[in-house]
Amino acid sequence: MSLTAAAAGLWKSYQGTPVLKGCSFAFDKSGIYILTGQNGSGKSTFLRICALLEKPDQGEVRYLSDGGKALRNDIQLKRRITLVLPKVGVFNTTTFKNILYGLKIRGMKKEDREKRANEILEFVGLLHKKDQNAFTLSSGETQRLGIARALAIGPEILFLDEPTASVDRGATEAIEEIILNLKKKSSSIIVIATHDRGQAEKLADCLMVMEDGRIITG
Amino acid sequence: MGYLLKGFREAFGLMLHLNPELLGIIVLSLTVSCTALLIATAFGLPLGALVGLKRFPAKGVVISAINSFMGLPPVVAGLFIYLMLSRSGPFGFMGLLYTPSAMIIAQTVLAFPIITALCHSAIVSVDPVIRQASATLGATPLQVTAAVIREARYGIMSGVMAAFGRVIAEVGAILIVGGNIAGYTRVMTTTIALETDKGNFELAIALGIVLLALSLLLNLGLHVIQRKGMRGAGG
Repeated sequence: MSLTAAAAGLWKSYQGTPVLKGCSFAFDKSGIYILTGQNGSGKSTFLRICALLEKPDQGEVRYLSDGGKALRNDIQLKRRITLVLPKVGVFNTTTFKNILYGLKIRGMKKEDREKRANEILEFVGLLHKKDQNAFTLSSGETQRLGIARALAIGPEILFLDEPTASVDRGATEAIEEIILNLKKKSSSIIVIATHDRGQAEKLADCLMVMEDGRIITG
Repeated sequence: MGYLLKGFREAFGLMLHLNPELLGIIVLSLTVSCTALLIATAFGLPLGALVGLKRFPAKGVVISAINSFMGLPPVVAGLFIYLMLSRSGPFGFMGLLYTPSAMIIAQTVLAFPIITALCHSAIVSVDPVIRQASATLGATPLQVTAAVIREARYGIMSGVMAAFGRVIAEVGAILIVGGNIAGYTRVMTTTIALETDKGNFELAIALGIVLLALSLLLNLGLHVIQRKGMRGAGG
């Protein structure tokens, strides 16, 4: 494992309403971290700040390299982590081209990125849908595409915000299987926000509970 | 009724025999309008994206101004450009009045607000989650903007085609700044107006048929683009 993260004393308010109130946690071992808590408890905000998509009002998220060196919050660091949003945000093109996007903006060679995209689509079971417009996928498939698009770029830390919130039981099991397979295959840190207690128990190496804007380790 | 039939018969004769005067007028019309469209798109698309994606003071005023200029009467645009390019005007030294360049400027002025407004509208219609999704995948701010523009491509194409429809059929501005000089600045619309005045209907009818055919093609193109966009968005 080459990248670790630590959130220290995060505070965040929206329109004067505090959502995070001094939230701290360290992601320093590989495995699956599950963040649970009631709706509106601040799980998504915490993930978005950790994934460097938003800035906290107070506190900081520090990313440390293998040697313990603090990394600058720049595009190089942002390209080593990723967040899959609850609403995936697929591009209006084929499933295959959706996967290629993250690789293309990194300047990867055409043959390499196509090979990688095919591998990832096979891993998430969407290879047969590679030429289909992503807008025509079912909600479960869209969620798998979101995960595949994130996995394609080989993130060292993967954040998943409610990856199974809007999908049926079968699709949920498929996504859980993908996450467990990913854990077996890589030594990445996977952080998942979910309000599904059963899923939390099934997947978690480390269970975190968010309550009133703070994290209580389970 | 006889003169009408005669007019149509002779018009088809001109088209079938690829009359050089007719062809010259069509080529000049397309050259002027396509050049104007390219220039207007080169400036209108980035401005539409900027207004759609960035926050800045008086943004609402800028949007209202762009929308207002969409309805700019061509004769008013023609008058303004005439005053700018006439010998005593600020750009008179360039000697552009009564040239195809002046006509391109006039059509660019007419197409620019349409393209800017419709590009802006297409870009703000893109789901905001697209910006976040591309950012989470490691896109730089410029790459995020490019991703949003790519998502808005069908709306942008519709805007460009709508602007083309406006400029190719426009007569007021190019008549004022182009002067309708035979073989030099005479385009389809100005020729139709002139030949109708003169009672020479065959060339006017032939050009009218070409304009209608172009309009039909344009609408077919728009329909195909919109269907393609809807198929993606609605599935």
